Amino acid sequence: MLRGGLIGAAAVTVFGILLLFGDNYALRLGTTVAMYVTLATAWNIIGGFAGYPSFATAAFFGLGAYTSGIALSNGIPLSVAWAGAGLIVALFAVMLGLCILHLRGHYFAIGSLVAADVLREITNVWVSVTGGGIGLNLPLPGGDAETQAKLFLCVMSGLAGAACCAAWTLTRSRLGVALRCIAQNEDAAQVIGIDTGRSKIAALALSSLFVGIAGAIYASWTIYIDPSDVYDVSLSVKPIIMTLLGGVGTVTGPIVGAFAFLGLEELIWRNSLEFHSGFLGLLVVALVLFLPAGLGQLRVGSIWTRIRTVLPPEARP
Amino acid sequence: MTQPLLQVNDLAVRYGDVQVVWKADLVVEEGAIVAMIGSNGAGKTTLLRAISGMLPPYGGEIIFAGEIVPASAPPEFVRRGLIHVPEGRRLFARLSVWDNLMLGAYLRDDKAAIRQDVERVFALFPRLRERRWQDATTLSGGEQQMCAIGRGLMAAPRLLIIDELSLGLAPRVVDELVDALRKVNAAGTSLLVVEQDVATALEFADHAYIVDRGRTVASGTAAVIAADPAVRTAYLGL
Repeated sequence: MLRGGLIGAAAVTVFGILLLFGDNYALRLGTTVAMYVTLATAWNIIGGFAGYPSFATAAFFGLGAYTSGIALSNGIPLSVAWAGAGLIVALFAVMLGLCILHLRGHYFAIGSLVAADVLREITNVWVSVTGGGIGLNLPLPGGDAETQAKLFLCVMSGLAGAACCAAWTLTRSRLGVALRCIAQNEDAAQVIGIDTGRSKIAALALSSLFVGIAGAIYASWTIYIDPSDVYDVSLSVKPIIMTLLGGVGTVTGPIVGAFAFLGLEELIWRNSLEFHSGFLGLLVVALVLFLPAGLGQLRVGSIWTRIRTVLPPEARP
Repeated sequence: MTQPLLQVNDLAVRYGDVQVVWKADLVVEEGAIVAMIGSNGAGKTTLLRAISGMLPPYGGEIIFAGEIVPASAPPEFVRRGLIHVPEGRRLFARLSVWDNLMLGAYLRDDKAAIRQDVERVFALFPRLRERRWQDATTLSGGEQQMCAIGRGLMAAPRLLIIDELSLGLAPRVVDELVDALRKVNAAGTSLLVVEQDVATALEFADHAYIVDRGRTVASGTAAVIAADPAVRTAYLGL
């Protein structure tokens, strides 16, 4: 609780400083981190709380981006387009959930992974509506560059805040208890009278709502979207790494993880253009081996113990 | 004529294309202790899972307290008091005994009655009280079974369905569990028990069903079943 308050206060301070003194680069970075917080927190609802490792984040993100993009091209007001995109994505998530949420573990992961590919292909082929592989240009929101940058920082941060509030409320709700029981032991959850089917679908829909709106805002922010960009599989993978980095199944974990991940990304991507995905892979391995519960569990002594337990006995110092 | 608490008519259950239960008919009278016996793979667990809503049946109907229970809504079964204690206990790991018991009352919101029921469970199984802050999966097998039964009782069951009561437990622990369940039954909860140990089952129950290859093939009072020569050779090894 105290920890959550501190992290919240720090995030608000960063937001205020950015808004007052940030240059364009800093504003862009701030908007990106807000988007990462949203995606990681949203993934944590289904992947962390309910324990269903979803790879459908890219599908929800791309669908949100395209729904909003198409709506805006047809003259629908910005706020309606964004909210509508979120609702349509949530509806899509309910249908997807009905199809694949009875699968468990790896099977569910594979099933969810396919969703983005299917949507990408549909977007590619349906040229008359989506513009196909050429992409879609969105109408400019108006105002000068700095006002726009600040607007998107505010909106994306607002969404991130809403996602975190939703996650926090969830941990204190009946549905939250149900999801944790499902993650822990789904058979037992059923025995005590939890409607496992509905709970899982609710979690997936809630998660997708935030991802869809994030996609919609992203589309307006970058003005141009194409299928390979907004349905990119890295959009599914990055939120998982962020959540692993910060701590799965906690409210603060995804927030901390998103900031840490953006830091690493800026550091590694800028200095190593060729090998950055290699670093990403190494990071995943290191996380799983040494910090399975995320940065929150970081203690100097415990890392040493972990290194010792992972090493073969003859290599132990 | 009074209505039975549970009546199962012509129940059939499939896993995909594989049919496991072909035709099961079963009656549990209010206040009764009913045992279900049969060899491994006869379909007892599947049948129990269907009766408690864990598996959607392929055919047939389940009538509980005079009403057909809709198979599409598993929580309905729990809400009506048809509670399943699953095979292998299925406790929530990393949660204490207390939390596991409390989760049994997930669908209830009558706080005072829930407190009373916890006390009742602790009175029934004093060892759970001693270990109430311990991770439930670190308990001994017998204590885990007590915790699982306790969790079932926390849902305020009218019918408690127990799958494999004594599996892997020491005979002394089984006696303790049977004593506790007799008290539960005396307080008004009906019981439907699957039990490997046929001798114990027939001593404990008033009524018994024999399940063979997915069908309920014989039934009768426990004494009659116990005296049946076919049962004596097939299950009691006499």
